[in-house]
Amino acid sequence: MNVIAETMTSIWESSGFAMMFDDPRQLIMIIAACALLYLGLVKKFEPLLLVGIAFGMLLTNLPGSNVYHPELWDGVMNHTKTYADVFAEGGLLDILYIGVKAGVYPSLIFLGVGAMTDFGPLIANPKSLLLGAAAQLGIYCAFILAIVLGFTGPQAASIGIIGGADGPTAILLTSRLAPELLGAIAIAAYSYMALIPLIQPPLMRLCTTKKERECKMDQLRTVSKKEKVLFPIIVTIFVVLLLPDTAPLIGCLMLGNLFKECGIVDRLCDTAQNALMNIVTIFLSLSVGATTVADRFLTPSTIKIVILGLFAFSFSTIGGLLLGKVMYKLTGGKVNPLIGSAGVSAVPMAARVSQVEGQKANPSNFLLMHAMGPNVAGVIGSAVAAGFLLTVFG
Amino acid sequence: MNISIPETFGYSVLGMAVVFLMLILLMVIIIAMGKSAKNKAAAKKAPVQAQAPVQQAPAAQAPAVSKPAPGTCGTLNLRAVEPRTAALIMAIVADEMGVPLNELRFISIKKI
Repeated sequence: MNVIAETMTSIWESSGFAMMFDDPRQLIMIIAACALLYLGLVKKFEPLLLVGIAFGMLLTNLPGSNVYHPELWDGVMNHTKTYADVFAEGGLLDILYIGVKAGVYPSLIFLGVGAMTDFGPLIANPKSLLLGAAAQLGIYCAFILAIVLGFTGPQAASIGIIGGADGPTAILLTSRLAPELLGAIAIAAYSYMALIPLIQPPLMRLCTTKKERECKMDQLRTVSKKEKVLFPIIVTIFVVLLLPDTAPLIGCLMLGNLFKECGIVDRLCDTAQNALMNIVTIFLSLSVGATTVADRFLTPSTIKIVILGLFAFSFSTIGGLLLGKVMYKLTGGKVNPLIGSAGVSAVPMAARVSQVEGQKANPSNFLLMHAMGPNVAGVIGSAVAAGFLLTVFG
Repeated sequence: MNISIPETFGYSVLGMAVVFLMLILLMVIIIAMGKSAKNKAAAKKAPVQAQAPVQQAPAAQAPAVSKPAPGTCGTLNLRAVEPRTAALIMAIVADEMGVPLNELRFISIKKI
């Protein structure tokens, strides 16, 4: 009888249920993970990434699961441990996290994004690159504010990049500069990207007049196949030569696009768009979610990051809109300023918002293809901004 | 790495300048690429146009192409519809009726 009682006690003590009472913050994180799962599964907020992140968060905060060991990664950061130690001592998510730490997953995601992106609207209207540049304003506004709030330079740079509205770029930069903030920044970035249809329209109406929103734009010219094939090669050469730190992101983005446009490697293009993209998305989301360990995530910094993220998104939108207004004036009303807000990457959600708002003002307005130009320019712009921040703080 | 507020402003201005510079550079390259493609296309067209009068002679002996029906070749006013959608609808109607598109006259297309 005694043996049975001892065994039962031992099972209870080694179970996660008993350990949960050691640190109630883990329970809070489990509830937060379930809330994120609800947002992803029911409300469809960026489900492809949020579901994985939330599940990684759940796994890592279940006491005794031992799938992720932050102290092991502290050792890697301090050079007292190596990747070999991670393989020997780490759990499943530690091993998957190597891909984040080495910058492999964000770059491979960019390969898939490139294989799915049509740069035609950008090539047809190269001036939209300016809107993509202006919409990076929020990155630097949030960077300044983060410094004011007491973050270090590399941490502020990682927080600022949320304004680029580009998940893989944010993850790559943060994993290099401030890995301790990775979970909070990734969750803020993807949550706000999902909330773009709610965040942007009020700002669009605030920054533009009805007359400006009603403006109809001329049809874009047809882009030849040759131009589409040359574009990724030229962009890679120029951008990487000027900012070598952008090589993983811009290189993979443009390689994926070359697969798509050349038309002779359909199998590779298909793999980059589907199988590879899906596999990497699973690994990336799970391992990013794993970094949200309760004692490191439930801090005042996380709340500050969430607020700064919203600030960054808003100012990026305003930056694009303001330059859009300037272009409207300079061209005598030929550019609808609403397409400026699409410069915040988040392809194609931001372009769709421009289309919806433009059509609300004038039902015969078709801005989608015009907005796709700044939208894809924003992807390049945020990668350039990340390259700059890596050069300065890396 | 802690940085001062003035340094932060400096980095921010520099960062925005780098982004603009890079994308302006790309813009110039794309514009140049577009112009070059346009010039090449125009150069290709030019000899074809020069040979056109020679090709017209045998064409005159060929059986006459059916005359366009009255009412065609006018101005098409599209309201609240994309040209692609309108073209698709007109092509489908012509196909279903078995009548060539140039013999049909579309007065209006309404969503049912």
